[in-house]
Amino acid sequence: MRNTFAKTFFEAAQKDARLCVVVADISPAGAMDQFRKEFPERFINTGVAEQIMIGMCAGMSIRGLKPFAYTIATFALYRPFEFIRDDLCYQNLPVTVVGIGGGVTYSTLGGTHHAMEDVAIAAAIPNMRVLAPCDPEETRAATQWCVAQEQGPVYLRLGKAGEPVITGNATLPFEFGRLRYLREGGDACILGYGPILKMGIDAAAALEVKGVSVSVVSVHTLKPLDREGIANLLGRFSRIVVLEEMVPQGGLGDAVKAIAWDSGSSCNIQCLSLKHEFIHCYGGHKDLLAAHGLDVGTIVRALDAT
Amino acid sequence: MRSAERSVSEKFDDAAARQRCMRYRRRILDISQKVAALHAAPAFSCVEITDVIYRGLMRRESDGKGFSDVFLMSKGHGCMTQYAILEDLGILSSEELDRYCTPQGILGAHPDRGNPGIEASTGSLGHGMGIAVGMAYAEKILRSGKRIFTVLSDGELQEGSSWEGAMMAANLHLDNLLAFVDLNDIGGLEKMSESHTAFYPLREKFESFGWESAAVNGHDCAAMYQAVSARRGGRPYALLCKTVKGRGVAFMEHVPIWHYRSPNKEEYATAIRDLKEVSA
Repeated sequence: MRNTFAKTFFEAAQKDARLCVVVADISPAGAMDQFRKEFPERFINTGVAEQIMIGMCAGMSIRGLKPFAYTIATFALYRPFEFIRDDLCYQNLPVTVVGIGGGVTYSTLGGTHHAMEDVAIAAAIPNMRVLAPCDPEETRAATQWCVAQEQGPVYLRLGKAGEPVITGNATLPFEFGRLRYLREGGDACILGYGPILKMGIDAAAALEVKGVSVSVVSVHTLKPLDREGIANLLGRFSRIVVLEEMVPQGGLGDAVKAIAWDSGSSCNIQCLSLKHEFIHCYGGHKDLLAAHGLDVGTIVRALDAT
Repeated sequence: MRSAERSVSEKFDDAAARQRCMRYRRRILDISQKVAALHAAPAFSCVEITDVIYRGLMRRESDGKGFSDVFLMSKGHGCMTQYAILEDLGILSSEELDRYCTPQGILGAHPDRGNPGIEASTGSLGHGMGIAVGMAYAEKILRSGKRIFTVLSDGELQEGSSWEGAMMAANLHLDNLLAFVDLNDIGGLEKMSESHTAFYPLREKFESFGWESAAVNGHDCAAMYQAVSARRGGRPYALLCKTVKGRGVAFMEHVPIWHYRSPNKEEYATAIRDLKEVSA
């Protein structure tokens, strides 16, 4: 996802001289290195200093440039939070804040590097839009949307590297603000966002063997949320699993339940998320997710048993 | 020295500036009778600073209406001064300023981006330096030749973010960034010179961060104009302006409560009666 973001951004930046990247001491990967070599003035490294990363983006945006702030998600969003709120959101400036390693992607680095609450925090700020693509292809489309938009701030939550493509069978292209099916099945539905949807795809495949036909839906735009699309899902399916690599508060699970209440749905909704705790477990990304109770088996049991 | 003073007075009419500044103070006092939220004293400390920037240093557009240089009031609680000057320049209407802090108006006690003459929303301290650095950098790579002028408070230089910005400004060689620090010494609670002595010396801090810096009396327009005119250039520039909080109204000077308070009727009458041209 990181490389796809860099490649897509670089392609756009060759055509739009206003596009700039402001990083806080993070090494440029893939095409970002090319971007830096070709347009050295438009690549700024503030060093280990995230408040000025956001502050500079605000000033550059006010004066007509289109900056992207880019670093590890915790440092992109948490450290300079008030600067994001006041400088970007209050002034409604078209700046994209790119958070790399959303969720517990940086599994071995510990809680300081886990962005477990980022979606809820970002979505709580007026004017902020939140995007969390699930694979490199969706990252490309989301990035293309970000470089083109002029309306206001965006938080773009990405994974790291090496995520598989899981949108190959999607029936509809990426459209900002609209959920889309990654696979269609009639018995139940898994909806979520981000790279953890791969777990949903795997669970759907396992359930198919058991004779349960499951849809998987990417809610890549967390804000503005496709409430109508979700209401339709709640009408269509009697069983839904919401899957998210985020704490249980303020995320997609809460939103789906609220929409179910508003629409009078009697759908069985199960929310699978990170636990609301700091877990001191060091291993691969999958190990961390498992420690939070998230694995294919859990999803399968959630839908098989109901 | 004599000839330098003469050349300054040719370009910057100090007597006219003193009259303007008295007018701004009177206007702010008048508005103070309509609303409780005012920040009169922190506005009064930066009247001369803001006047010399707008009237002496910023370049006008060729049409004479707007400015080709950019102003950012980083100490947002000083915006009454900016409003009064923008009104005087014809950028902000008197009707709008009369509606200050009312539901019918657009002006609040901190500046909001999008209002006439306001480039950025400030109010939370420690944000202006970063925004100004981004602005100055943008103008550099856009090759516009524009300069960014910002007024900072001494208090907001206690914020680490101000120094993240100061460091980056020098790293990026932003010689088009000019910061004026309003050193009125009084924070929301107490005198910084007594409570936070390690804050000083300030000039050396800026210089060790790669800035050019000078120190002047912040109520002396001619001295500020002269200091900026004499800058060597090639680096970001910090003018450290020693000021008096509440300057111009004797009973407000140096008294912390006037950071927030508006004068009552009697106090207003006294203030107007005593208001004099501030001289260096």
